[in-house]
Amino acid sequence: MAKVLTSIGDWIGERAPGLAPMYRKHMTEYYAPKNFNLWYYFGSLALLVLINQIVTGIFLTMNYNPSAAGAFDSVEYIMRDVEWGWLIRYMHSTGASLFFVVVFLHMFRGIIYGSFKKPRELVWLLGMLIFLVLMAEAFMGYVLPWGNMSFWGAQVIISLFGTVPFIGDALVQWIMGDFLPADATLNRFFALHVIALPIVLLLLVVLHLAALHEVGSNNPDGVDVKHGSRGNRWSPLAPVDGIPFHPYYTVKDLVGVGFFLMIASFIIFFAPTLGGWFLEPDNFIPANNLVTPSHIKPVWYFTPFYAIVRMIPSFLGSAVWGVIAMFGSIAALFAMPWLDRGAVKSIRYRGTGYKVALGLFVLSFFMLGAVGSGITAEVIPAWFGNVDVTFWENLFGRTMTAIYFGFFVFLWAYTTFGWETTKPVPDRVTTHD
Amino acid sequence: MIKRQQQWQRYIFSAALAFGLVFVGTAQAEEAGGLPPAGTNVQDQASLQRGAKLFFNYCVGCHSLKYARYARIGDDLGLSEAEVMGNFNFTGAKYGETVVSSMPAESAAKWFGKAPPDLSLEVRAKGADWVNAYLNSFYLDASRPVGWNNTVFPNASMPFPLWELQGLQTAVLAPGKPGQDAAVEKLELAQPGKLTPAQFQRATRDLTNFLEYVSEPAALQRHHYGIWVLLFLAAFTLLAYFLKKEYWKDVHEA
Repeated sequence: MAKVLTSIGDWIGERAPGLAPMYRKHMTEYYAPKNFNLWYYFGSLALLVLINQIVTGIFLTMNYNPSAAGAFDSVEYIMRDVEWGWLIRYMHSTGASLFFVVVFLHMFRGIIYGSFKKPRELVWLLGMLIFLVLMAEAFMGYVLPWGNMSFWGAQVIISLFGTVPFIGDALVQWIMGDFLPADATLNRFFALHVIALPIVLLLLVVLHLAALHEVGSNNPDGVDVKHGSRGNRWSPLAPVDGIPFHPYYTVKDLVGVGFFLMIASFIIFFAPTLGGWFLEPDNFIPANNLVTPSHIKPVWYFTPFYAIVRMIPSFLGSAVWGVIAMFGSIAALFAMPWLDRGAVKSIRYRGTGYKVALGLFVLSFFMLGAVGSGITAEVIPAWFGNVDVTFWENLFGRTMTAIYFGFFVFLWAYTTFGWETTKPVPDRVTTHD
Repeated sequence: MIKRQQQWQRYIFSAALAFGLVFVGTAQAEEAGGLPPAGTNVQDQASLQRGAKLFFNYCVGCHSLKYARYARIGDDLGLSEAEVMGNFNFTGAKYGETVVSSMPAESAAKWFGKAPPDLSLEVRAKGADWVNAYLNSFYLDASRPVGWNNTVFPNASMPFPLWELQGLQTAVLAPGKPGQDAAVEKLELAQPGKLTPAQFQRATRDLTNFLEYVSEPAALQRHHYGIWVLLFLAAFTLLAYFLKKEYWKDVHEA
């Protein structure tokens, strides 16, 4: 058996001599810093979820019917009559939400350890592009079950393009292919969701990893491992604090995968709607353009961005400012490598001002989520009684929006004008055992 | 330094967890909307059978379950084909077909102003607590076209078919404020039905339970397989952990 495998390997090796070196470059001879901590699980987990979405998605398309008349029924058909259809669907719907959980944590890791800084700007930009495409992918996927929240969510989000001066209305009709979200909309969203965007997503993931392996991984100390001293038990040329990605990080990531799958399975098997956060009650009602849900709101992962749209008032007779601010909130993340000019990468050695600002930034993100998902609209009257809810919600939401954008402004000033007092960065990684 | 770093991480994680719990907690509170808990349990097969009996005696005349098949109901509720076809099927449908009401939708819309909705997904859309509370909140109201009103869903166009079980409820109105309609303060049982209030509450819980099952038959399988999946993953994770520890001995020696 082993002989046969070796001979097959040799046969391939003769005909594709570049394959083995490529494998070594990216796996057994990719030297990653040895001090990765918990935050470093989320990259491999994002890849795992991506694969899950593609595989379960393929099976869903086998029974899904992308038409306004048949979509909702076909989803219930999958849930009831297709063997294991319910599991496939819950894996896909739970995977969608967990994709964002994992990606948010992965991005946050990049922020706290300065992984976006030179020389990894390209890694960060490609990652941000992945995030942007992922948002489009998730939005279109959410429309496909053609529940009432799918319909009204599509209506509201596509209408944002209607705020574009002069061509707004035409743009909205062009995107929908109709005057309302309808059969044409569903068909094109299906095409984009299952073919166009996944291809782009996969390409970007390959580029993201290629760009990473070009410059090497950052680490929780923000120390440059690649250009430090050399020589370890695996190779005299390898970075002294680097270890082969395979097998050391593949087995380590396997533990992370185990934990992650336990959480995911708990949701899939025991709480697939997660109290209305992953699958919303209104989406168990078929799309109906005559019945508006009592609260139109996007799924949880869009709520902070949606809140920013809602909180920016219209002026000069246009509501486009909120939309600009929403895209701006993502554009600011794109610009991180040029906003944060501090030489020290890791939060471990950065100034107190940075830590406080980051804490406030995280808080504002959660609180904007609370505004966008309608929690504040419930909580304000419940806690403060008979008050002007709109006024207080706007005040709160606008403060949080200001803090969100304020973080980027502060970070730029803090690092550009030399206000930050950093701690000395060690020469080599500090290992925690 | 190392200690402080770990404290930081712990701090961030506990904050994130707390946020998560508050979020989920609020969501559930929101969903319930202050209604009494229905107390349903789809694992309780006897309750599902009683609920099915009520549904097919009192509800299916107007309401369909267009995604639910007779055969699936029989399998999941532990009933034979003869039992299902003999007691639940009044339309001559085949065993493998779905539960469709015999009432024509167009006429129904004419009679009630709105065709009675399909109930296949009612519990997933509204929640078990809502459905259960709705079934307990009908009262006589001569001002409504069919003579019934409901405190949970005011001005619902549905007459109350379970009245012979519950009896007749009437509304006790709170003293009206000027410029506002009088609000219902509470419901009173004006004339008792065949069941005592406690029995009726159990009956509506059974009916809600059946509708909860119908809205997601997969729930039975989910619970059944879920525990084994989690046990397998726990074992897998443990093995992966030991494997990692074994491999990483090299790293710690290096």
